[in-house]
Amino acid sequence: MSKPKNNNAKTISVALTLCLVCSVLVSAAAVGLKPAQVENARLDRNKNILVAAGMFDPASDTNEDVAERFKDFDVKIVDLDKGNYLDDDALKAVGIADRNTYDTSQATKNQALSEDLGDNDPASIGRKPKYAKVYVKNDDAGKPEMVVLPIQGYGLWGTIYGFLTLEGDMNTIKGISFYEHKETPGLGARIEEPKWRAMWTGIHSYDESGDVATGVSTSGSKENWVDGISGATLTSRGVSNMIQFWLGEQGYKPYLDHVREESGRTIDNTDVQAQQVSYKKLGQSSYKNPTQQQAHPVTELASIAPAANGKEA
Amino acid sequence: MANTKSILVSPIFDNNPIGLQILGICSALAVTTTVANALVMSVALTLVTAFSSFFISIIRKQIPSSIRIIVQMTIIASLVILVDQVLKAVAYDVSKGLSVFVGLIITNCIVMGRAEAFAMSNPPIPSFLDGIGNGLGYSAVLLFVATIREILGSGSWFGMTLLQPATDGGWYVPNGLLLLPPSAFFIIALFIVIVRIWKPEQVEDAEFVMKPQSKGMAHGGGH
Repeated sequence: MSKPKNNNAKTISVALTLCLVCSVLVSAAAVGLKPAQVENARLDRNKNILVAAGMFDPASDTNEDVAERFKDFDVKIVDLDKGNYLDDDALKAVGIADRNTYDTSQATKNQALSEDLGDNDPASIGRKPKYAKVYVKNDDAGKPEMVVLPIQGYGLWGTIYGFLTLEGDMNTIKGISFYEHKETPGLGARIEEPKWRAMWTGIHSYDESGDVATGVSTSGSKENWVDGISGATLTSRGVSNMIQFWLGEQGYKPYLDHVREESGRTIDNTDVQAQQVSYKKLGQSSYKNPTQQQAHPVTELASIAPAANGKEA
Repeated sequence: MANTKSILVSPIFDNNPIGLQILGICSALAVTTTVANALVMSVALTLVTAFSSFFISIIRKQIPSSIRIIVQMTIIASLVILVDQVLKAVAYDVSKGLSVFVGLIITNCIVMGRAEAFAMSNPPIPSFLDGIGNGLGYSAVLLFVATIREILGSGSWFGMTLLQPATDGGWYVPNGLLLLPPSAFFIIALFIVIVRIWKPEQVEDAEFVMKPQSKGMAHGGGH
């Protein structure tokens, strides 16, 4: 060491050199790894769409399965107020370049693509996107077999993002999944657990008059409602508000009514046994044993009876 | 090189950064609900400590003492960002699970403690080994805590079900306390007790000596 350590010029030159080297390193890593990170985030989201649709088994399915099964879904952009699909020309007119890269949750940050909810904001999301990206799976006859809807709402610590899947009748819930949240691990974060999510399956979104008829009950069991999580009342309430908002008039209801009408179906909450057969046929989770199928499925699911949800995928 | 071995091994039990120096407690509370998260956090911290000590040691003679802390922080922060970016690219699920805590390695006292206490006055290779050693010491505690918390809190270890929880038709009722951060305090204390029973030389001298209980007023004593 020839120079003294505390020379000002030396101090500044060491600081500058260090900053330069470190910033080059950090930016190189950020830029170089960006494609892989974006791809991961996309895969994770697609995986959660399949989870909500009951088409993913975390124990055995790989990323290849996700990509393969995801091809069954048509990506559509929906006008939430009118309830119709936007074709390519309409998309261009409203300024959405590509339906595949459109992100419903990002749209709330864009003035042109969202509207301020003001006081009428039960899910506490601030702004509501005007257009939503939905994933539709058609059966062989070309009729919608299920539709996966992105949902979001405020929980306890932050916004919860997820997907809700409805059956072809646009009423019966097929599944739900959450891919991003900030809830307390072990308490609110249990909304991610397969066991709690399984309670949503088979629940009816609407009553016969078309009003939203479900939610998360934080005080006792309610028919056609899902039990809240003990120790996580605010998270449960948040999920409840979020489901009711997105199923309601401000959310997907105009769209769902539209699709239901088009496919010539009506809200029919009596046809419960038939729904169960369709789960069986699809080879989905074995959340019930045969003896319990005799009972009313909704109340059966709403209690976390040990045997009822034993080996959920 | 007996010295090399002691640099590497002594921080695991003889001079454990959490057990003896009581550093890096906060992340030990946060990421030990599952063994898998604890393992990734351990690997990340070990790498960051080793490489930050290594780089700081290389330039230790150039670092002006007036800005040495900020220089150390810059190097540590850059390495942590690297780890975070790599995790997001190759292990997305894990990085989602650890969320903010990878970034918080920057504030982990162990990393900076080793940089300041060892790397600033030792050559690069021993500094690197010292970083690995202290990382292993941290890992030992994390895995110990996470093992107890995951088994008793969720009935599983590394995601494998050991005790079938009652909610899934088994007999075990998971202890919710063990999923919450405070439980890690008890378990870390348990770890310290076990190590000090095994190695009594770590027991600190009492800061004051308790007097034998007085016989009360019988002797006419008072205050």
